[in-house]
Amino acid sequence: MILDQLQRLGQWGIAFFERLGRAHLLLLQMLSGTFGLLRRPSLLTAQLFNLGVLSVLIITVSGLFVGMVLALQGYYVLADFGAEESLGATVAASLIRELGPVVTGLLFAGRAGSALTAEIGLMKATEQFSGLEMMAVDPVKRILTPRLIAGLISVPLLASMFSAIGVLGGSFIGVGLQGVDEGAFWSHMQSTIDLQKDIYNSLIKSFIFGFACTWIALFQGYDCVPTSEGVSRATTRTVVHSALAVLGLDFMLTAVMYGS
Amino acid sequence: MQNTKESQPFVKIRGLHFSRGARKIFDGIDIDIERGKVTAIMGPSGTGKTTLLKLITRQIRPDSGTIEIDGQLINTLSHSKLYELRMRMGMLFQSGALLTDITVFENVAYPIREHTDLQESMIRRLVLLKLEAVGLRGARDLMPNELSGGMARRVALARAMALDPEIVLYDEPFTGQDPISMGILVKLIRQLNDASRLTSILVSHDVAETCQIADRIYVISDGKVVERGTPDELHASESAAVKQFIHGLPDGPVGFHFPAPPLADDILAPAKP
Repeated sequence: MILDQLQRLGQWGIAFFERLGRAHLLLLQMLSGTFGLLRRPSLLTAQLFNLGVLSVLIITVSGLFVGMVLALQGYYVLADFGAEESLGATVAASLIRELGPVVTGLLFAGRAGSALTAEIGLMKATEQFSGLEMMAVDPVKRILTPRLIAGLISVPLLASMFSAIGVLGGSFIGVGLQGVDEGAFWSHMQSTIDLQKDIYNSLIKSFIFGFACTWIALFQGYDCVPTSEGVSRATTRTVVHSALAVLGLDFMLTAVMYGS
Repeated sequence: MQNTKESQPFVKIRGLHFSRGARKIFDGIDIDIERGKVTAIMGPSGTGKTTLLKLITRQIRPDSGTIEIDGQLINTLSHSKLYELRMRMGMLFQSGALLTDITVFENVAYPIREHTDLQESMIRRLVLLKLEAVGLRGARDLMPNELSGGMARRVALARAMALDPEIVLYDEPFTGQDPISMGILVKLIRQLNDASRLTSILVSHDVAETCQIADRIYVISDGKVVERGTPDELHASESAAVKQFIHGLPDGPVGFHFPAPPLADDILAPAKP
C-alpha cells in the first residue's frame, strides 16, 4: 500500500521533471529561431497584431474600470484623513506598480494565451506540424518563435496602456466626479512616481509576465495530446498555470524590487 | 560511380524494428524502393503502413535497423541534412495536412515561398499549373475548410509536388475519392511518376487501384513482409495471407479482430467497479 503510494509519487515526479525538461528544450529551440525572424519581420508583425492589437480592447476597457474603481475606493479612504489630493499618486502607484502588469498578465493569458494553446494544439492534431516538417520547414521556428517574441513585446505595451487608461479613469472619477483639485491630483502623481522605481520596474514585471504566459501557452499547445479532449485540457492548463505563474512571480518580483 | 548510384535502390530498409509500447509494429523488415518506379506498400489496417512512411521520412525513429535514402543513412543525419533531404521529398498525408488559415493557392505556394526567391509572377504561374494538374485551379481562393476531404487531398498533392521532388510518398491517396476523381488520381500518380522521373511510394489498401499503377508491391502483415513482387506475381501468390487480402476474404490468417480474450470469457467476467 505504502509502496504503491511511493511508486505513484515517483512516477508523478519523473513525469513532472520530464515535462519541465521538454518545456525548456522547446524554449531553447524557439529562442534559436530569433535571428531567423529578423530576416522575416512580417511573421512577427502578423503575430503582434493577433496577440497585441486584438487584445487592446479588453485591456483598455479593463484598465478604465480598474482605474475608476481605484479612484472611488481611494477617495473614500483618503477623504477621511483629508488627504484626497494624494488620490492621483495612490491610483497611479497602484496601477503602475501592481495592477497594470498583473491584471494585464491575467487578461493576456485568458484572451491570447488560451487562443495560442488551442491554435497550436489543433495544428498538431490536424498534422499541420508534420506537414511543415515534410516541407523542410521547422514548425518551432516558423510558427512558435514569432508568437513568443510577439508575446514578449505585446505584454509590456499592453500593461503600459492599461496603466495609462487606468490613470485617466481615475482622474475622471477623482477630479471630474468627486471634485479633487486637478492640479493637486496630477502634481502629487508626478512627484511620487519614479521613473526607475516605478515605470522601469513595471515594464520589467510585465515583460517577465509576458514571457511566462506565452511560453506556458505555446508549450501546452505543442505538448498536448492531439485530440479534442487533449486540446481542451491543455487550454485550461494554460489559463490556470499562467495565472498562478503571474501571481507567484509578482510576489517574488515585488519582494526583490521593493523589499529593502 | 554515377551508374552505381543509379542502380542502387532509392530507399533501402534493412532489419527495421519498431514497437509502440508492448505492441510490435515491425519485426525486422527489409524493403527496397527502386528508382523511377511506383512501389506500393499494402496490408490490412493497423499493420503500420503510415508508420512506415513516418519512419522513412524520420518523423519518428526506429528501435533498430537502418533506412538509407539515396545512399544517406537517415538514422544519423543531422537536422540540417535531414531538412535538405526532405526538400527532395514530397509527402501526401492522409488528412491532407493543409494549413487551415491560408487559401488553397497560398498552401501550394507555401513551400515555394519558403525555399526559393522566385518572383511573385513566377510563383503564381507555378501554383496555377500545379493546381491545374489536380483539377482544382478554380478552387484557388477557397479556404481549406471549404473543401471536401477528397479535394483537400488533391490540393495536398499539388503542394507535395510544388518543389518538383525526386520522391513522393502517398499515404492512402484513394480514400474518400469519388469514382471519377479516383480514376484521375490513379492516372495522375502514374503520369507524374513517369513524366517527372519520380520515385513513388504508395501506401494503400485499395487493391484494384494500387495494382493498376504499382510496379512492385510489398504486402505487410503482423510486422513482417509476407510477399513482394509485381501485381501479377501477387495475384499468383500461394500465400494464404496475400490471397485473403487481395480477394478480401473474411477467413484466413489475417484476423479481423484486434487481439482480445475469448468473447464468452470477456462477457461473463465481472464488470470493473
